[in-house]
Amino acid sequence: MAGGKTVVAGGNTKSWKLLLGLRIFAFMATLAAAIVMALNKETKTLVVATIGTVPIKATLTAKFQHTPAFVFFVIANVMASFHNLLMIALQIFSPKLEHKGLHVLSIAILDMLNATLVSAAANAAVFVAELGKNGNKHAKWNKVCDRFATYCDHGAGALIAAFAGVILMILVSGVSISRLLFNSNKFSTTKAPATETDVP
Amino acid sequence: MVKLTQRLGGLVLRFAAFCAALGAVIAMITSRERSSFFVLSLVAKYSDLAAFKYFVIANAIVSVYSFLVLFLPKESLLWKFVVVLDLMVTMLLTSSLSAAVAVAQVGKRGNANAGWLPICGQVPRFCDQITGALIAGLVALVLYVFLLIFSIHHVVDPFLLRKS
Repeated sequence: MAGGKTVVAGGNTKSWKLLLGLRIFAFMATLAAAIVMALNKETKTLVVATIGTVPIKATLTAKFQHTPAFVFFVIANVMASFHNLLMIALQIFSPKLEHKGLHVLSIAILDMLNATLVSAAANAAVFVAELGKNGNKHAKWNKVCDRFATYCDHGAGALIAAFAGVILMILVSGVSISRLLFNSNKFSTTKAPATETDVP
Repeated sequence: MVKLTQRLGGLVLRFAAFCAALGAVIAMITSRERSSFFVLSLVAKYSDLAAFKYFVIANAIVSVYSFLVLFLPKESLLWKFVVVLDLMVTMLLTSSLSAAVAVAQVGKRGNANAGWLPICGQVPRFCDQITGALIAGLVALVLYVFLLIFSIHHVVDPFLLRKS
């Protein structure tokens, strides 16, 4: 029996469908970012010096593993997409479990944690990529992107996907928190928030 | 009496987070070092790197925000809004700290594959002060994670957790 038609905890089916749709898009965005960055590699043969008439060539590779920020980026996006996949599976295959209070609370907290994780990874990668693209003349760091243009382009694509994933994860945690609030209002007899007055 | 200790605990946490964020801002702004290398002189300031500027701006916003929330009265309806703002501020803190640490790591170790030399050998005091600012930012982040859980608990009915 499809779980989407019955009224589940957290309110109506509209929020359930919205959450599922957002999660699918977030899963696709973070997975795309992880895959594009993980396959980012460029090899180029450059002429380093010339002795007489013989040019000395060196083969240089640009890989994502050379930069720790990009490694963190790949790992964090893989973790976030795995979390989204798990939550999608949970939402499709067992909607009845959502009546329990601790279940909805833990989903909201996990969504927030993963949103923060993806945001941190995307930001670290974008600042390090900006260093690679523009260099830094104060620290005398040369730019990398003029020689490895394809590497930089693929990296930029992965970063855009990751930022789309960040926005989607923020929306997902927003919807989860609102489901948590709605769930608590539905199950409490008094409508007062936690700050009720002390009875003398 | 339990409510009073809870409220007091929340205030103490928020004041501590305000102090930590302010400390991070001040430590990073006052880090400036000049090192001379024969005739070349290198001045290292925090504003040379975009990630450090972002870190300063983000922590300044966080400290102003926590200072304002310190004065919010207990029964105000704005506490639901504070949950959303706390989440946004936590994400701001995480992203700024993560970016600053990534760039500082490049400054400390360099990147052999890109031909970038580490700069910490020439300006050690600058590097130490940046490290101190990043640690203060980390403390502010941890405190804000606790505050986020605290504000959710403040708004959501506690009976939710006992419902089975």
